[in-house]
Amino acid sequence: MEALIALIIGILTACGVFLALRGQTFPVVLGLTFLSYAVNLFLFAMGRLAIGAPPVIADGAAYTDPLPQALVLTAIVISFGMTAFVIVLALKARAELGNDHVDGTHYDEEGPR
Amino acid sequence: MTLFFAVLIPFVGAALVALASRLGRSQSAWATGAVTLASLALLAPLLAVPFNGDTLVQQHDWLPALGLNLAFRLDGLAMLFAGLILGIGLLIVLYARYYLSKRDSMGRFYSYLMLFMGSMLGIVLSENLIQLLIFWELTSLSSFLLISYWQHREEARQGARMALAVTGMGGFALLGGFLLLGHIVGSYELSVVLASGDLIRAHPLYVPTLVLVLLGVFTKSAQFPFHFWLPHAMAAPTPVSAYLHSATMVKAGVFLLARLYPALSGTPEWFWLVSGTGLATLLLGAFVALFKHDLKGLLAYSTISHLGLITLLFGLSTPLAAVAGVFHIINHATFKASLFMAAGIIDHEAGTRDMRRLNGLWKFMPYTATLAMVAAAAMAGVPLMNGFLSKEMFFAEAMQISSSHVGGWLLPALVTLAGAFAVAYSIRFIHDVFFNGEPINLPKTPHEPPRWMKVPVEILVVLCLVVGIAPAFTVAPLLAVAASATLQAPLPEYHLALWHGFNPALAMSMTAMACGILMYLLRRPLYALHARMLERLDARVVYNLLLDALFASSSRITHLIDTGSLQRQVFLFLVAALVLGFSPWLDSESPLAGNRAGLPLDAVSLLAGAALIVAALTTVWLHRQRFLALITIGVVGLVVSLTFVKFSAPDLALTQLSVEIVTIILLLLALYFLPQHTARERVWRVWRDGAIALVAGSGAALLAWAVLTRPYDTIAGYFIDNSLPGGGGRNVVNVILVDFRGYDTLGEITVLALAALGIHALLENLRLDAPDRDAAGRAWNRDLYPLIMGTLTQLLLPLALLVAAFILLRGHNQPGGGFIAGLVTTVALIVQYLARGSAWMHERLSDAPQPVIAAGLALATLTGLASWAFDHPFLTSTFGHLNWPLVGDFELASAMAFDLGVFLVVVGSTLLILVKIGALHDSRINRKWVP
Repeated sequence: MEALIALIIGILTACGVFLALRGQTFPVVLGLTFLSYAVNLFLFAMGRLAIGAPPVIADGAAYTDPLPQALVLTAIVISFGMTAFVIVLALKARAELGNDHVDGTHYDEEGPR
Repeated sequence: MTLFFAVLIPFVGAALVALASRLGRSQSAWATGAVTLASLALLAPLLAVPFNGDTLVQQHDWLPALGLNLAFRLDGLAMLFAGLILGIGLLIVLYARYYLSKRDSMGRFYSYLMLFMGSMLGIVLSENLIQLLIFWELTSLSSFLLISYWQHREEARQGARMALAVTGMGGFALLGGFLLLGHIVGSYELSVVLASGDLIRAHPLYVPTLVLVLLGVFTKSAQFPFHFWLPHAMAAPTPVSAYLHSATMVKAGVFLLARLYPALSGTPEWFWLVSGTGLATLLLGAFVALFKHDLKGLLAYSTISHLGLITLLFGLSTPLAAVAGVFHIINHATFKASLFMAAGIIDHEAGTRDMRRLNGLWKFMPYTATLAMVAAAAMAGVPLMNGFLSKEMFFAEAMQISSSHVGGWLLPALVTLAGAFAVAYSIRFIHDVFFNGEPINLPKTPHEPPRWMKVPVEILVVLCLVVGIAPAFTVAPLLAVAASATLQAPLPEYHLALWHGFNPALAMSMTAMACGILMYLLRRPLYALHARMLERLDARVVYNLLLDALFASSSRITHLIDTGSLQRQVFLFLVAALVLGFSPWLDSESPLAGNRAGLPLDAVSLLAGAALIVAALTTVWLHRQRFLALITIGVVGLVVSLTFVKFSAPDLALTQLSVEIVTIILLLLALYFLPQHTARERVWRVWRDGAIALVAGSGAALLAWAVLTRPYDTIAGYFIDNSLPGGGGRNVVNVILVDFRGYDTLGEITVLALAALGIHALLENLRLDAPDRDAAGRAWNRDLYPLIMGTLTQLLLPLALLVAAFILLRGHNQPGGGFIAGLVTTVALIVQYLARGSAWMHERLSDAPQPVIAAGLALATLTGLASWAFDHPFLTSTFGHLNWPLVGDFELASAMAFDLGVFLVVVGSTLLILVKIGALHDSRINRKWVP
C-alpha cells in the first residue's frame, strides 16, 4: 500500500511539474492544482498510513496522527484561495495584455512536430 | 514608568495634534505646545536626580526572551539633551506657527514634529542600546518626513531622500556596532556597557566595533565625508532646520559620542579616527561656509564645522576636552537655533535667502538685525557671548595636546585657521545682509516680523548673552552634571569665567579674530578665486555616481537571473530545487527503504489508485483541450478525497470533496474567458519539461517511499491525550484547528479573506472579450436556467443548509467543523446561482459578502481576545456541558464561537470569489444587470 501511495505522489508531482512549465496560463493553473494534490498527500503521508483509526476520541480505539491532518485541512482551503487568485490574475493579464502567455508577451510559436 | 511616558507622550500627541488641526491653525499649535509641556512636566520632578549625582534607570519587560527590555535612563547628559529637545522644541512650535503660510498644512507639520521629538527623546533617554537604535532610526524616518514637508518641491524630495539614504546606512552600521558591543560585554544595558570600557578596549573586536559605531555617528552628525546631506536638507522649512540641524537630529551623533565616551575612548584608534574626522570637518565646513551665497547654506556649513569642532574635542580624549565638547553642544544649540530662526525671518519677510540680493536690511528690520548680530557674534566666538567661552576651552585643549605629540604645532595652527573662517563667515552673515549697500530686486519690501515670531529668537539670544557674561551663575551646574555623566568619572579641575588672563588660548582667539576680519575684507578676490577653482567640487556628485553605480550593478545582476520570462524562471527554479533535493542522496549511505511493516495492498485500493494515475496522465495528455482536461482533473481530485477516506482522515475527505466542487466551478467560470485550446509548443521544450517532470516525480515518489517505510516519533500523543480533557472535543483534528493551533487558523482564514478581497479588487472594472459561441460554433446554451433544475435545487437548499449547520455543530466531536460547513454552504448557494442566474439571486441575496468575511474575522479575533478578560493568553478556550430538556447533554465550548468565525470567513470568501467571476458572465449574457 505504501508503494502505491508513493507512486501516486510521484505521478501527481510529475504531472504538476510538467504542466507548471507550460507557456499559457490555464495549464499552469492545472499544474498548480496537481502540485497541491501531491503536496497535500505527501504531508498527510508523513503521519504514516493507518486504516480504520480516525483521530476521533472513542473508548479503546486506536488513533492515527491528527497533526498532519490538521495541517493538510487548512492547506486544502488555502490552496483553493491560491488557485482562485492565480486564475483571476490570469484573467486580468489576458484583459490587460491581450494574450494568455505566462510571460505576458507572446504565444509560443506553433512549432512543427 | 515616568520616563517611558515622557517619551510616549509626543508619539500619542502626534495623532492628537493632527486632530486638533481641524479646529484651526492656532489650535494645532496650542495642542503641540501642550503636548511638549506635558512631557516637560513629567520630567521636571526628576530633575533633582542627576543634580544629586544619581542615575535613574527604569525598566519594563518588553521581549524578555530576547533580552530586550524597555529601559530608560536619566542622568546628567540625558537631562541636558532632553532639556534641549523639549525647550528648543517649545520655541520652534511658537516660531513655526508664524512661519508656515496659510497654504501649508499645520496638522501635518506639527504631527511630524511631534514624531521627531518623541524619537529624539527616546534616543537620549534610552538605557538599552537596541532600543536606542530603534529611536535612532525613527529620527531618520521622521526627519525624512519633515525635510520633504514641501513635497511639491523637487529639491525637498531629493534632499530628504539623500538624508535618509546617508543616515539610514549609518544606522545600519550602528546596528552592527551595537550588536558587537553587546557581544563583547554580554549586555545591551548602558550601565553595564559604560562600566566595561577596559574590557571593550582590550577585545580583539574593538576596532570593527569602533568603526561601525563611528559610521553611525559621523553620518548622523554630518561629518566629512558624509557631510553633504546636511546642506541639501536645507530644503526643509526653516523651523525644521532650526530644530533638527542645530539642536537635535545632528546632535544625536555627538550625543552618542558623548554617551559611549567612557566605553570606547582613550585608544590611539579613537584619537586618530575621531579627532581626524572632526578636524577635517571643522576646516572644510568653515571654509565652504564663507563662500555660500545662500543664507541657510552658510548656516548649514557652519553647523557642519561646529559639529566637527565638537567631534574633535571628544576625539582628543582628555577629560577637559570632553567637558568643553559638552559645553559647546549647549552653546551651539542656542546660537545656531536663533540664527536659523533669524534667517527664516529674513527669508519670510524679504522673500529670498540669496545674500547677493539681500543687502542693507538694517533700515527695514533693525530689531531682528540686532538679535542676529548677537547670535552671530556668539557663533564667531566674540567675548561676552557663550560661543567665546567654549571656543577658548577648545583652543586651550588644542594647545595642551600639541605639546605631547610630534608635529603637534599643526593642530593649534589649523584650529586657529578654522576660527578665522568662522569669524569671516559670521561677519559676512551680518554685514552682507544688514549693511553693504541697498537690497537688489527683492520680491517684497522687508519689514519686522510679527511680535511672537521674534520671541523665540529673543529668548535664545538672551541665553547666549547671560551664559557668556556670567557662566558660573547660569550654566555651570548643568554643565557639571552633564559632563560628569559623560565621563562617568569625577570632573577635572576647570574654571568657567570670562577672563583667564593672557594665555595662549586668548592669543589664538585674537589671531583668529584678526585673520577673520582680514579675510572678509579680501572677500571679493577670494570669491572670484573660489568660483574659478572650487565651485564645481561637490560631494553630491560622488554620492550620485555611487548611487548610479549601485543601481546599475543591481539591475545588471537582476537581468542576469531574470529575463522577464516567467516560464524560464519556473524552469530555473525547478532545476535548482531538483539539484538541491537530489544532492544529499549522492553521498548517503543509508538504504532507501526502512523496516517499518507496511499495510497489505487490496484490490479496491489498487483499482482506485489505477484510476487516479490514468486520470492524471490523461489530463496531461489532453491538456491542450482545456475543457476535457478539467473533467479528468476532477476525477483525480475525487480519488484523492477517497484516499483520505481510506486512511482514517474523514475531515480531510469532506474538505477535499467540497473544495473540489468549488474549484471545478471556479475553473469552468474562468475558462469561459480564456482560449479553449492551448497552442502547441516546440517539441524540444516538451521533451525537456517531460524529463524534468519525470525526475521530479521520481524524487517525490522515492522520498515518500523512504519516509513511509520508516518508523517515527510523533507528538500526536499530546494532542490525543489533551483533546478531550483540555479542549473539550473528541474530534482531535478540529480541536487542533480551533484550539491548540487556533492562532495558525486565525492566520489562515485571514489569508483566505485577503485572497478573496484581492480577487474582488482585481476584477473591479475588468472587461473581457469572450466568444458568443463555443469552439464548435454552437450557441452556448438556449435554455439558460432550466426550470427543473431551478425547482429541484430550490427544494434542496434548506436541506443542504441544514446539513451544513449539522456539520458545523458536531464538528468539535465528530468529523466536520467550520471549514467543511462553510464549503458545503457555499456549494449549496452556488448551485442556486447556477440554476437561477446571478440576476435572480441578486434580488434575494446580497452579492457583496464582504460584511460576512468581516464578521467572521471579528468573531474569531474577539473570541481570542475574550480570554484576556479572564487573564488567560490569547485564544485560550473554555467549555462546559449543559443539560437541555429534550436535547439532552449539550456541550458548549468557546472554541465553537471561533469555529463559527472560520465558517463565516470561508462562506464569505468563497462566495465572493465565485460570485464576482460569475458576475463577469452575466454582465455579458444579460446586459441588463451589471453588478
